[in-house]
Amino acid sequence: METEIGNPWLNIGIFAAFVVVTLVIVFRASRNNKTAADYYAAGRSFTGPQNGTAIAGDYLSAASFLGICGAIAINGYDGFLYSIGFLVAWLVALLLVAELLRNTGRFTMADVLSFRLKQRPVRIAAATTTLVVCFFYLLAQMAGAGGLVALLLGIDDRLGQSIIIAVVGGLMIVYVLVGGMKGTTWVQIIKAFLLIVGAGVMTVWVLAIHGFSLSNVLDHAVETAGNPAILGPGLQYGISAITRLDFLSLGLALVLGTAALPHVLMRFYTVPTAKEARRSVVWAIWLIGIFYVFTLVLGYGAAALIGPEVIKAAPGGANSAAPLLAFELGGPLLLGLISAIAFATILAVVAGLTITAAASYAHDIYASVLKKGKAEPGSEVKVARRTVVVIGIVAIIGGILANGQNVAFLVALAFAVAASANLPTIVYSLFWKRFTTRGALWSMYVGLGSAIILIVFSPVVSGAPTSMFPDAHFGFWPLSNPGIVSIPLAFLAGFIATISAKSKEDPAKQSEMEVRSLTGIGAEGATQH
Amino acid sequence: MGDEAPRSVAETEVDFVGIQHSERFRELKKRHRSFVFPVLALALLWYFAYVLLAGYAPEFMSTPVFGSINIGLLIGLGQVVTTFVITMIYVAYANRRLDPLAKELRDDTAKGEVL
Repeated sequence: METEIGNPWLNIGIFAAFVVVTLVIVFRASRNNKTAADYYAAGRSFTGPQNGTAIAGDYLSAASFLGICGAIAINGYDGFLYSIGFLVAWLVALLLVAELLRNTGRFTMADVLSFRLKQRPVRIAAATTTLVVCFFYLLAQMAGAGGLVALLLGIDDRLGQSIIIAVVGGLMIVYVLVGGMKGTTWVQIIKAFLLIVGAGVMTVWVLAIHGFSLSNVLDHAVETAGNPAILGPGLQYGISAITRLDFLSLGLALVLGTAALPHVLMRFYTVPTAKEARRSVVWAIWLIGIFYVFTLVLGYGAAALIGPEVIKAAPGGANSAAPLLAFELGGPLLLGLISAIAFATILAVVAGLTITAAASYAHDIYASVLKKGKAEPGSEVKVARRTVVVIGIVAIIGGILANGQNVAFLVALAFAVAASANLPTIVYSLFWKRFTTRGALWSMYVGLGSAIILIVFSPVVSGAPTSMFPDAHFGFWPLSNPGIVSIPLAFLAGFIATISAKSKEDPAKQSEMEVRSLTGIGAEGATQH
Repeated sequence: MGDEAPRSVAETEVDFVGIQHSERFRELKKRHRSFVFPVLALALLWYFAYVLLAGYAPEFMSTPVFGSINIGLLIGLGQVVTTFVITMIYVAYANRRLDPLAKELRDDTAKGEVL
C-alpha cells in the first residue's frame, strides 16, 4: 500500500503553528523564573483545575492516545484493559499520596522519602529510581514520535525517522530550558485541551456514522476484522498460562505505578495547598476517565472503518490506528490536526519527564548530596538546566534505538519499574511509623534491580520476533512485565530490612512528618512576585 | 524562597510531638485512615476481580448483553463509573470531615497555642 497518507506539508504546517504558539506562551510564562521554586514548581501558583488539566496532559501520553487506540483496533478488548488500569490507578494517588506528598515535600519525590530518614543515601536511591523511570518513559514517547513521523511524512527509512526524533528532542530541550515548570505546564494544559477535544470530535463522528450506537460500531468492527473474538478479552493475553500471568502482572503494574511516577508526583508541588492538590487529582480523574471512554470508541472505530490488517501493515504499525482513522473520517485536514495534537502530546510529555529528571539530579544529587545543602544561590537551577540538555540527548539516542516498539507496552514497563522501586517506600514512609533508612534502601534497590533484571532477561529484550534484539537469545524469564514478582519483592524487602534493623530513626522526625502530612503545618505556599 | 536547605518557616519551633499526641490530631488521623484504607482496598479488590475475570474467564466476559455489548465491556465501563463515584465520595468526605479539623490544627499552631 502507499506509505504516504494525507499531505505531509499540511501536517508540518499545522504542527509548526502549534510549536510557534506554544513557544510564545512559554516565553511569556517564563519571565518570572528566578528561584528553584519557580523553575521546578512554577512558583506553586497553579490552581487545582489548571494543574489537573496539566496532569491529564502529562498522563495522556502518546501511549494513551496512539498506543491504546492501536491496541484496541488490533487486539480488541485486551487493549481496553490498559485504559482501565491507567484510570483506576488514580485512586491510589488520590487516596494515599497526593495531599500527604504536597504537605511534606518541596520539589521532588526524594524530599518526601528522605524526610525522616538519612538524607544522603535515601536521596541518592530516590534520585536513581527517578532517573531510571523517567528514562523508560522517555524511551516510549520518543519511540512513538518515530512511528508517527513514519506515517505522516511518509518517511520509511530509519535515518529519516531518526532525524525527526532528534528534532522533537531538540524542541523539547528549548521548551524546558526556557520555560521551566511554568512553561511546561502551559504546554501540557494546551495539549490536554486539544487532545481531549480532538478525540471527542472523532468519537462523536464515529458514533454518528454508526447511528449513535456503540453496539453497531462493535458489529462493524467484527465484520471488518472478520473476527468476533475482538469483542472479548483474550486475543493478546489469552493464548497460554504464561500470557495470562503476564496479563495479571501488567494489571498490577498499571494500577500501582501511577502513584509512583516521579513526573506525576512532581506536579503536586505546582499548587499552593494540599486541598488544591486534591482538586488537581479530581480534575485529572474526570478528564482521563472521559478520554479513555473516547479511546474505546476510537479503537473499535478504527477496527471497523480501517481494519486491523491494514493498520498492522501501515508504517508505524499499531500506533498509526488513530491517525489513520482521522484520515478516514476527515481527510487530510483532520489527519493533520490529529497528528499535530499527537506530536504536541509527545512534546509535552517529554518536557514534563525531562524537567522531573533534571530537578531530581540538580536538587537531590547536586544540591543535597554533592554540596550538602550548601549550593550557591542560583547554581542549583543552573545545574538543572545543564541536566536538561544531557537528558534530552540521552532521550534522542534512546528513542532512535527503541523506534518501532509499541508505545503502550513500553510505558507499561516504566509503570512496573515505578511501582516496584518507588511505591513501597512512598507508602511505608507515609504510613508506617517504624520504617527505617535500611528498609527504604533495600526496598528501592531490590525493586529497581529485580524489575530491571527481569526485563533484561524477558522476551521484551531478546528471543522473540518483537524483541529489541530478535536474533539474540539470552532470556530465561517468560513474562514481559516484571510487576507480579518485583512489586511484592520490593514490599517484602522493605518490611524485612526494617524489622531486622538494629538502629531506629529519630522519633521526633516521624512526629513532624506525620503531623505535617495530615495538617499542612509548615507547607510552602505560593511564591509572591 | 530560594535554594536554602529543606527547612523553612517557623516549623522548628512547633511542638510536633505534642500535636501528634493531641486528641484532635489523633482524631484527624483516625478519620483519614479509617476512610482511605478500606475504600482503597475495596476499589483494588474490584479492579483485580475484573483483571482476573478478563484473564481467566474470557467466555463469561464475552457473553453479550445488549446487542454486541458484552459483560466485559459493561464491567470495564463499570470500573470507570466506580472510579468517578469513589472520587466524589472522597472529596465530600474530606471537605466535611478532614479539612475543618486540619485547618483548626493549623490555625492554632500559627497562633502558638499549646494543644
